[in-house]
Amino acid sequence: MPKHQINPNDWVKLYSDYLFNYTITRVSDREIAQDLISETFLAGLKSMVNFKGEASERTWLISILKRKIIDHYRKINSNKGKAEVRMNYHSDTETEGDWLEERVSDASDKTAEDTLVNSELGDAIYDCLGKLPEKQAEVFKMKTMLDYDTETICKELDITASNLWVIIHRARTSLAECMEKNWYN
Amino acid sequence: MKKSFLFVSCDEAQHICDKAQYGEASTSERLKLMLRLLYCHVTKTYSKKNTKLSETIETSKVQCLKAEERNKLQSEFEKELSKQ
Repeated sequence: MPKHQINPNDWVKLYSDYLFNYTITRVSDREIAQDLISETFLAGLKSMVNFKGEASERTWLISILKRKIIDHYRKINSNKGKAEVRMNYHSDTETEGDWLEERVSDASDKTAEDTLVNSELGDAIYDCLGKLPEKQAEVFKMKTMLDYDTETICKELDITASNLWVIIHRARTSLAECMEKNWYN
Repeated sequence: MKKSFLFVSCDEAQHICDKAQYGEASTSERLKLMLRLLYCHVTKTYSKKNTKLSETIETSKVQCLKAEERNKLQSEFEKELSKQ
Protein backbone atom coordinates (compact mmCIF):
# COMPACT_ATOMS: atom_id res chain seq x y z
CA MET A 1 0.00 0.00 0.00
CA PRO A 2 1.35 3.49 -0.86
CA LYS A 3 2.56 5.65 2.03
CA HIS A 4 0.59 8.67 0.84
CA GLN A 5 -2.84 9.02 -0.68
CA ILE A 6 -3.97 11.60 -3.21
CA ASN A 7 -7.06 13.72 -2.80
CA PRO A 8 -7.40 16.63 -5.25
CA ASN A 9 -10.56 17.91 -3.52
CA ASP A 10 -8.41 19.27 -0.69
CA TRP A 11 -5.50 20.63 -2.73
CA VAL A 12 -6.58 24.27 -2.78
CA LYS A 13 -7.42 24.30 0.91
CA LEU A 14 -4.28 22.47 2.02
CA TYR A 15 -1.57 23.57 -0.37
CA SER A 16 -2.48 26.77 -2.21
CA ASP A 17 -0.87 29.10 0.35
CA TYR A 18 2.26 26.98 0.59
CA LEU A 19 2.60 26.78 -3.19
CA PHE A 20 1.88 30.51 -3.46
CA ASN A 21 4.67 31.38 -1.03
CA TYR A 22 7.03 29.08 -2.93
CA THR A 23 6.11 30.70 -6.25
CA ILE A 24 5.96 34.36 -5.24
CA THR A 25 9.56 34.26 -3.97
CA ARG A 26 10.57 33.06 -7.44
CA VAL A 27 8.39 35.08 -9.80
CA SER A 28 7.56 38.21 -7.73
CA ASP A 29 4.16 38.72 -9.34
CA ARG A 30 0.92 37.70 -7.60
CA GLU A 31 -1.05 37.08 -10.80
CA ILE A 32 1.67 35.02 -12.47
CA ALA A 33 2.09 33.06 -9.23
CA GLN A 34 -1.64 32.26 -9.13
CA ASP A 35 -1.64 31.22 -12.80
CA LEU A 36 1.30 28.90 -12.17
CA ILE A 37 -0.44 27.34 -9.17
CA SER A 38 -3.60 26.87 -11.18
CA GLU A 39 -1.60 25.20 -13.97
CA THR A 40 0.12 23.02 -11.36
CA PHE A 41 -3.18 21.77 -9.96
CA LEU A 42 -4.47 21.03 -13.46
CA ALA A 43 -1.27 19.20 -14.40
CA GLY A 44 -1.51 17.28 -11.13
CA LEU A 45 -5.06 16.31 -11.90
CA LYS A 46 -4.08 15.04 -15.36
CA SER A 47 -1.13 13.04 -14.09
CA MET A 48 -2.72 11.70 -10.92
CA VAL A 49 -2.30 8.16 -12.22
CA ASN A 50 1.48 8.65 -12.01
CA PHE A 51 1.35 9.42 -8.28
CA LYS A 52 3.03 6.46 -6.62
CA GLY A 53 2.46 7.61 -3.05
CA GLU A 54 6.14 7.47 -2.13
CA ALA A 55 6.35 11.23 -1.59
CA SER A 56 3.72 13.38 0.07
CA GLU A 57 1.11 15.12 -2.06
CA ARG A 58 2.75 18.45 -1.26
CA THR A 59 6.20 17.30 -2.39
CA TRP A 60 4.68 15.87 -5.56
CA LEU A 61 2.83 19.11 -6.33
CA ILE A 62 5.99 21.14 -5.67
CA SER A 63 7.89 19.02 -8.19
CA ILE A 64 5.22 19.86 -10.80
CA LEU A 65 5.27 23.52 -9.80
CA LYS A 66 9.07 23.67 -10.18
CA ARG A 67 8.71 22.55 -13.79
CA LYS A 68 5.98 25.14 -14.36
CA ILE A 69 8.24 27.89 -13.02
CA ILE A 70 11.11 26.76 -15.24
CA ASP A 71 8.74 26.72 -18.25
CA HIS A 72 7.60 30.22 -17.33
CA TYR A 73 11.18 31.52 -17.40
CA ARG A 74 11.91 29.62 -20.63
CA LYS A 75 8.96 31.39 -22.22
CA ILE A 76 10.25 34.77 -21.05
CA ASN A 77 13.76 33.99 -22.28
CA SER A 78 12.52 32.89 -25.66
CA ASN A 79 11.42 36.51 -26.12
CA LYS A 80 14.77 37.94 -25.06
CA GLY A 81 15.76 38.84 -28.63
CA LYS A 82 12.93 41.33 -28.58
CA ALA A 83 14.08 42.91 -25.35
CA GLU A 84 16.48 45.79 -25.12
CA VAL A 85 18.79 46.08 -22.13
CA ARG A 86 19.92 49.56 -21.21
CA MET A 87 22.72 50.34 -18.79
CA ASN A 88 23.83 53.86 -18.03
CA TYR A 89 27.55 54.30 -17.59
CA HIS A 90 29.20 57.56 -16.57
CA SER A 91 30.92 59.09 -19.53
CA ASP A 92 32.81 61.93 -17.87
CA THR A 93 36.48 61.30 -17.07
CA GLU A 94 36.26 62.05 -13.33
CA THR A 95 33.87 59.25 -12.62
CA GLU A 96 35.16 56.93 -15.32
CA GLY A 97 35.68 53.43 -13.97
CA ASP A 98 33.41 54.01 -10.97
CA TRP A 99 30.64 52.11 -12.71
CA LEU A 100 32.34 48.83 -11.94
CA GLU A 101 32.34 49.53 -8.19
CA GLU A 102 28.76 50.67 -8.38
CA ARG A 103 27.84 47.35 -9.83
CA VAL A 104 29.63 45.10 -7.38
CA SER A 105 27.32 43.48 -4.91
CA ASP A 106 25.34 45.81 -2.75
CA ALA A 107 24.93 44.68 0.86
CA SER A 108 21.23 45.34 0.59
CA ASP A 109 20.92 43.13 -2.51
CA LYS A 110 19.19 39.82 -2.00
CA THR A 111 21.70 37.05 -2.59
CA ALA A 112 20.90 33.51 -3.66
CA GLU A 113 21.80 32.40 -0.13
CA ASP A 114 19.31 34.84 1.40
CA THR A 115 16.63 33.56 -0.94
CA LEU A 116 17.41 29.98 0.04
CA VAL A 117 17.31 30.73 3.78
CA ASN A 118 14.05 32.65 3.35
CA SER A 119 12.59 29.82 1.33
CA GLU A 120 13.54 27.24 3.99
CA LEU A 121 12.23 29.53 6.71
CA GLY A 122 8.99 29.93 4.79
CA ASP A 123 8.73 26.13 4.59
CA ALA A 124 9.28 25.84 8.35
CA ILE A 125 6.60 28.46 9.04
CA TYR A 126 4.14 26.70 6.75
CA ASP A 127 4.93 23.34 8.36
CA CYS A 128 4.07 24.85 11.74
CA LEU A 129 0.98 26.63 10.39
CA GLY A 130 -0.18 23.29 9.03
CA LYS A 131 -0.29 21.92 12.57
CA LEU A 132 -2.67 24.64 13.78
CA PRO A 133 -6.45 24.26 13.74
CA GLU A 134 -7.80 25.67 10.46
CA LYS A 135 -9.43 28.73 12.01
CA GLN A 136 -6.30 29.69 13.97
CA ALA A 137 -4.14 29.41 10.86
CA GLU A 138 -6.63 31.46 8.84
CA VAL A 139 -6.85 34.29 11.40
CA PHE A 140 -3.09 34.31 11.91
CA LYS A 141 -2.43 34.53 8.16
CA MET A 142 -4.95 37.33 7.70
CA LYS A 143 -3.58 39.33 10.60
CA THR A 144 0.14 38.67 10.23
CA MET A 145 0.84 37.97 6.57
CA LEU A 146 -1.90 39.98 4.89
CA ASP A 147 -1.81 42.80 7.48
CA TYR A 148 -5.60 43.03 7.65
CA ASP A 149 -6.90 45.19 10.45
CA THR A 150 -8.83 43.67 13.32
CA GLU A 151 -12.18 45.10 12.21
CA THR A 152 -11.89 43.67 8.68
CA ILE A 153 -11.07 40.18 9.95
CA CYS A 154 -13.89 40.30 12.49
CA LYS A 155 -16.36 41.31 9.78
CA GLU A 156 -15.12 38.75 7.29
CA LEU A 157 -15.09 35.85 9.73
CA ASP A 158 -18.01 37.04 11.85
CA ILE A 159 -16.12 36.98 15.14
CA THR A 160 -15.69 39.52 17.93
CA ALA A 161 -12.45 41.38 18.56
CA SER A 162 -11.88 39.56 21.84
CA ASN A 163 -12.46 36.28 20.03
CA LEU A 164 -9.87 37.28 17.46
CA TRP A 165 -7.25 38.06 20.09
CA VAL A 166 -7.84 34.73 21.84
CA ILE A 167 -7.33 32.95 18.51
CA ILE A 168 -4.23 35.01 17.76
CA HIS A 169 -2.82 34.28 21.22
CA ARG A 170 -3.30 30.52 20.80
CA ALA A 171 -1.87 30.57 17.29
CA ARG A 172 1.18 32.58 18.33
CA THR A 173 1.86 30.37 21.36
CA SER A 174 1.69 27.17 19.26
CA LEU A 175 3.71 28.66 16.42
CA ALA A 176 6.43 29.96 18.74
CA GLU A 177 6.71 26.51 20.32
CA CYS A 178 6.78 24.76 16.95
CA MET A 179 9.39 27.13 15.52
CA GLU A 180 11.47 26.71 18.67
CA LYS A 181 11.59 22.95 18.04
CA ASN A 182 11.91 22.96 14.27
CA TRP A 183 13.79 26.08 13.32
CA TYR A 184 15.62 27.89 16.12
CA ASN A 185 17.22 24.74 17.54
CA MET B 1 -7.63 46.63 48.47
CA LYS B 2 -8.21 48.44 45.20
CA LYS B 3 -5.95 47.25 42.44
CA SER B 4 -3.74 49.93 40.91
CA PHE B 5 -4.60 50.87 37.34
CA LEU B 6 -0.95 50.39 36.41
CA PHE B 7 -0.83 46.75 37.35
CA VAL B 8 -2.17 44.06 35.06
CA SER B 9 -2.42 40.30 35.39
CA CYS B 10 -0.14 37.95 33.51
CA ASP B 11 -2.93 37.08 31.04
CA GLU B 12 -3.69 40.74 30.41
CA ALA B 13 0.02 41.45 29.92
CA GLN B 14 0.25 38.66 27.33
CA HIS B 15 -2.81 40.04 25.56
CA ILE B 16 -1.18 43.48 25.42
CA CYS B 17 2.02 41.84 24.18
CA ASP B 18 0.05 40.21 21.32
CA LYS B 19 -1.54 43.53 20.41
CA ALA B 20 1.86 45.23 20.53
CA GLN B 21 3.15 42.84 17.84
CA TYR B 22 0.67 44.44 15.45
CA GLY B 23 1.14 47.99 16.73
CA GLU B 24 -2.32 47.92 18.30
CA ALA B 25 -1.40 48.45 21.95
CA SER B 26 -2.04 51.93 23.33
CA THR B 27 0.62 53.91 25.19
CA SER B 28 -0.96 53.18 28.56
CA GLU B 29 -1.15 49.48 27.72
CA ARG B 30 2.51 49.42 26.72
CA LEU B 31 3.38 51.14 29.97
CA LYS B 32 1.48 48.49 31.93
CA LEU B 33 3.27 45.76 29.97
CA MET B 34 6.69 47.30 30.60
CA LEU B 35 5.96 47.50 34.30
CA ARG B 36 4.89 43.87 34.43
CA LEU B 37 8.01 42.86 32.48
CA LEU B 38 10.15 44.24 35.31
CA TYR B 39 9.09 41.61 37.79
CA CYS B 40 7.15 38.81 36.01
CA HIS B 41 9.28 36.01 34.63
CA VAL B 42 6.35 34.36 32.80
CA THR B 43 5.45 37.57 30.97
CA LYS B 44 9.12 38.19 30.17
CA THR B 45 9.51 34.71 28.63
CA TYR B 46 6.28 35.06 26.67
CA SER B 47 7.23 38.51 25.41
CA LYS B 48 10.66 37.30 24.32
CA LYS B 49 9.22 34.35 22.37
CA ASN B 50 6.46 36.48 20.89
CA THR B 51 8.86 39.16 19.66
CA LYS B 52 11.17 36.50 18.24
CA LEU B 53 8.24 35.02 16.30
CA SER B 54 7.34 38.43 14.88
CA GLU B 55 10.94 39.01 13.81
CA THR B 56 11.09 35.57 12.20
CA ILE B 57 7.90 36.15 10.21
CA GLU B 58 9.15 39.60 9.20
CA THR B 59 12.52 38.21 8.05
CA SER B 60 10.96 35.35 6.10
CA LYS B 61 8.72 37.69 4.08
CA VAL B 62 6.35 34.72 4.00
CA GLN B 63 3.20 35.35 1.96
CA CYS B 64 -0.20 33.80 1.44
CA LEU B 65 -3.20 34.16 -0.83
CA LYS B 66 -6.02 36.57 -0.08
CA ALA B 67 -9.39 34.91 0.53
CA GLU B 68 -10.78 36.11 -2.81
CA GLU B 69 -7.70 34.83 -4.66
CA ARG B 70 -8.04 31.42 -3.01
CA ASN B 71 -11.76 31.31 -3.77
CA LYS B 72 -11.08 32.07 -7.44
CA LEU B 73 -8.48 29.31 -7.57
CA GLN B 74 -10.93 26.95 -5.86
CA SER B 75 -13.83 27.66 -8.22
CA GLU B 76 -11.63 27.32 -11.33
CA PHE B 77 -10.23 24.04 -10.05
CA GLU B 78 -13.66 22.74 -9.09
CA LYS B 79 -14.79 23.22 -12.69
CA GLU B 80 -11.92 21.03 -13.85
CA LEU B 81 -12.58 18.51 -11.10
CA SER B 82 -16.19 18.15 -12.16
CA LYS B 83 -15.03 17.24 -15.69
CA GLN B 84 -13.07 14.30 -14.28
